[in-house]
Amino acid sequence: MDFLLPFFNSLPNAVGQGLIWGIMAIGVYITYRILDIADLTVDGSLTTGGAVCAVCITMGWNPWAALLMAIIAGMLAGLVTGLLHTACGIPAILAGILTQLALYSINLRIMAIGDPNATTKATLALSVDNDNLLLSSRFVRNVDLSNPLILLVIVSAVVIALLYWFFGTELGSALRATGANQAMARAQGINTNFGKVLGLVVSNGLVALAGALLAQYQGSSTNDMGRGAIVIGLAAVIIGEVLLDKVFRNFALKLLAAIIGAIIYYIVITLVLRLGLESTDLKLLTALVVAIFLAIPFWKGKYFSGLGHAKKGGASHA
Amino acid sequence: MLEIKDIRKTFNAGTVNEKIALRGVSFHLNEGDFVTVIGGNGAGKSTLLNTVAGTYFPDEGSIVIGGVDVTRLPEHKRAKYIGRVFQDPMTGTAATMQIEENLALAKRRGNRRTLRRGITRAEREDYRELLKILDLGLEDRLTTKVGLLSGGQRQALTLLMASLVKPKLLLLDEHTAALDPKTAAKVLEATEKIVQRDHLTTLMITHNMRDAIDHGNRLIMMYDGQIALDISGEEKKKLTVEDLLAKFGQATGSDEADDKLLLG
Repeated sequence: MDFLLPFFNSLPNAVGQGLIWGIMAIGVYITYRILDIADLTVDGSLTTGGAVCAVCITMGWNPWAALLMAIIAGMLAGLVTGLLHTACGIPAILAGILTQLALYSINLRIMAIGDPNATTKATLALSVDNDNLLLSSRFVRNVDLSNPLILLVIVSAVVIALLYWFFGTELGSALRATGANQAMARAQGINTNFGKVLGLVVSNGLVALAGALLAQYQGSSTNDMGRGAIVIGLAAVIIGEVLLDKVFRNFALKLLAAIIGAIIYYIVITLVLRLGLESTDLKLLTALVVAIFLAIPFWKGKYFSGLGHAKKGGASHA
Repeated sequence: MLEIKDIRKTFNAGTVNEKIALRGVSFHLNEGDFVTVIGGNGAGKSTLLNTVAGTYFPDEGSIVIGGVDVTRLPEHKRAKYIGRVFQDPMTGTAATMQIEENLALAKRRGNRRTLRRGITRAEREDYRELLKILDLGLEDRLTTKVGLLSGGQRQALTLLMASLVKPKLLLLDEHTAALDPKTAAKVLEATEKIVQRDHLTTLMITHNMRDAIDHGNRLIMMYDGQIALDISGEEKKKLTVEDLLAKFGQATGSDEADDKLLLG
């Protein structure tokens, strides 16, 4: 029993992490599920979001303005990937890798902005005592308005509401059509290249928002905070789908499923950490989980349909 | 309505796989013309259609639709003037979207996509009425995902989408080739109905001589990247399969009007 109590004590923190990564997972959902692109930019743009937000806050900016700047920076990263893919004809997955790699250098520079003694920096600490932060993990067990979970739930709800509205508009529908069938989209006069760029911009804006929230929540921005982000995002999307796809039919609920998937992911992570796994083992664990869940639909199609070929939705996406 | 001047297209130019698909094709379609295009494999039918649709650009020549030179216009911009139905029933519709969503996308062909609603309540009622023309019971399944429909139903829906905003030109690329004979007949019937109703200028590719003779007011037969026969008016009305084979032999000096074409 002496392992259960600390586990329950750390549950609120798992939910907080899950909500933040859930917003990131919604960004992944837009590219991976709606546009049918595996966008690896996110590993870089999550860090960019955290770095921009942390720098703005240490320079005394209003934290909301810092969030906005982080979103814009993330959108720019998405724009670069989008243009590399559409205007330069580079395969989407490679375009994402190129942007992500470039962002590694850029993020180190960003975090040194405003520091006369450094040209690059790998970490930037934020203090809830000295800096004006919107949320902090320190208060995650508080039973009052300082609890960061309240803000995170509100931000998640706003993100879902905005995206639900957007994907119901003419432009949003065109974007869904682009992901569903490019030949059809073009025959209906839809500029599919524009759709892809727009999707990547929106997605990376959300990922950077998650990065900005994460930097404040954990009290620092570090250059490796985005490493493997794409896999965590995919894990959240897939866990949400496996558990809730049959129940959640509505688009808003599908986005909610990604957030719930992220929360479940962090609860499981907390559990295995309490069971004695090292935190450095987590990337291996996450990779295994995602690989298995991506393989299941493929195996199902291969061995249970009797037709010998997998349906769309399996490993062909990855 | 459609003016094609000396278009030429070579694939893989300068390599061992070089394939001259179009060797200077010119013709003119009047408003309301319904032209069937027939020819064997590799005759250049599909290349001709794809060049008109903008899937790729011709090496030489020009394409003018309704007075607008579209030769170098990208596919999605040209879509403003063109309705299309593809050979593969999967190509013309978005499988993961609902029937009404697909129709709503087609309804906005040629217009800027804005932040207005992607589909309005009034539209839904229109779509219900329009789907009745197809006589497939789709009018009661507006929110069904298109992926759940049969090939024939998807093809019929694509046809409706292609004509939802009246196109200056309707392109049908062997759109019944992938269907069973009964369904193919039904889709052709719907095609005839819609083309007549809207007086659409139509270019229909087919493998089937019978269909090519039975439909439209003009027949073009292609051979080796060129137009071998162009039959219209009274001559077209009286045409039989035997006539067509004989004429084809005379025009090309080839007896290649083979089983493939006959059986098609």
